Amino acid sequence: MNLTTALARFLIFPGLLFAVPAAWFFLWVERKSVALMQGRIGPPFMQPVYDFVKLLGKDTPPRAGVAGLLMKMWPLIAVSAAAGAVGLLPVLPSSGGFQGDLILLLALLELPSACIIAAGFSSRSIFGEIGSAREAVLSVAYNVVFLLAIVSIAASQHTFRLEALAQLPASPLRWLGVAAILVCLPAKLHLNPFSLPNAEQEIYSGPMTEYAGPELAMWELSHGLEWVAATGLVATLAAPHVALVWLAILLFIALSFAVVLLLSTLAAATARLAIDTTVRFYWQCTLIFAVLAISSALFMRLRS
Amino acid sequence: MNLWNRLMCYCRRRSPWLFHMNSGSCNGCDIELIASLTPRYDAEQLGVRLEGSPRHADILCVTGPVTHNSVEAIKTVYGQVFAPKAVVAIGSCPATTNVFIDSRTLAGPLKKHIPVDVFVPGCPPRPDAIVLGIAKAAGILGERGVKKPAAAAALLTAAPEAIPTVLAASEPAAAEPVAVAAAAAPAAKEVQP
Repeated sequence: MNLTTALARFLIFPGLLFAVPAAWFFLWVERKSVALMQGRIGPPFMQPVYDFVKLLGKDTPPRAGVAGLLMKMWPLIAVSAAAGAVGLLPVLPSSGGFQGDLILLLALLELPSACIIAAGFSSRSIFGEIGSAREAVLSVAYNVVFLLAIVSIAASQHTFRLEALAQLPASPLRWLGVAAILVCLPAKLHLNPFSLPNAEQEIYSGPMTEYAGPELAMWELSHGLEWVAATGLVATLAAPHVALVWLAILLFIALSFAVVLLLSTLAAATARLAIDTTVRFYWQCTLIFAVLAISSALFMRLRS
Repeated sequence: MNLWNRLMCYCRRRSPWLFHMNSGSCNGCDIELIASLTPRYDAEQLGVRLEGSPRHADILCVTGPVTHNSVEAIKTVYGQVFAPKAVVAIGSCPATTNVFIDSRTLAGPLKKHIPVDVFVPGCPPRPDAIVLGIAKAAGILGERGVKKPAAAAALLTAAPEAIPTVLAASEPAAAEPVAVAAAAAPAAKEVQP
């Protein structure tokens, strides 16, 4: 992948030019589908855009010193990491990529969550600190499963290169891995039943409590971009390989949309679980599943 | 007004985020405010979101007759909401202190302490009246535009009749304005921003 393709992928497709409208669209789909399931009309189509523009025009609190600088930096780091993660997705056939870009994608997907944890602690708000602590615990709980699922997929297909993964025919183990990733996504995107870090009935807005105006707009955007990146990862792993460019794009968008609908339905149908139940769920039920997947992947690899 | 400012005003009108503050209310108005956000009245189609933090909010919804204990808290929270902002006084209590008038535990009405933009009278007001009040406040928020809240400070010292009340609340038993409000917004599914 040379510099031009890398820039084009980061800035145009599937990067910022595609990902930002897609992020707003997915945020709208999430709210609208919850509304429809509750028998409401729900927010208008442009609602996430209205929210974003409005937040850009609001005042921000004066922040002094290094802590203030850091508080301003976290949302920007989160947005750029999430946008970079979207840019790495191998949507177009023969779009380039490099050996080990899957690992970079995992790191970039994890960075917004780390930024949220850091933001809550640097805000010095008691609610922010509780929210950050919850986010940290949640991150430890689901990440083991998430990483094992990704590693099992990579091990079963003998590559850490995203494009090669997208082109190879899917094995049964890959579907097991995709299922494990899907189980982790509600926690990664802070959706019910794992919406602990931003449980507004308990800890106000959690790590976001002290954020306002354009900084909050950046957090909203990074959340939307996380949606695009996470659902896009599932879409690229689940999509069959097609040579036509427009068909590949359509398939990617359709599969991402299906994952968004699935996650929104789950969020609307469930209530928030307590932290111990969440951790137990990931460590007891799903970890077994992920360990099985990775051990069979390694076994297959040794045998072949 | 340039294009960006017009877009900003439009977006402010379409995206009012609320912060709910109780200043010693009997919980009647609080329940009705929550009811206005439930599926039956669906305030979300106006872009309304109830926020956990006053830092995120545009509209401060105050219920209750403002007790001595709550005055400082109200002023603090009002300061924590960033400009541009609007205040909606929900119920007859924050408007007139209602049946608690002359009580020695009260420091109300609300407009003695912070500038109020919209009064929604009633004891408690109906949820559709609250939705209408929030929609009016969102309109005020849009018109307030890019101006800094100097106008809001002027309102604090202005005569009560200078405050732009959308639903005039003069008596505690404000049955008529509520009826007008209810007639204006008969069903949530027909409310247009």
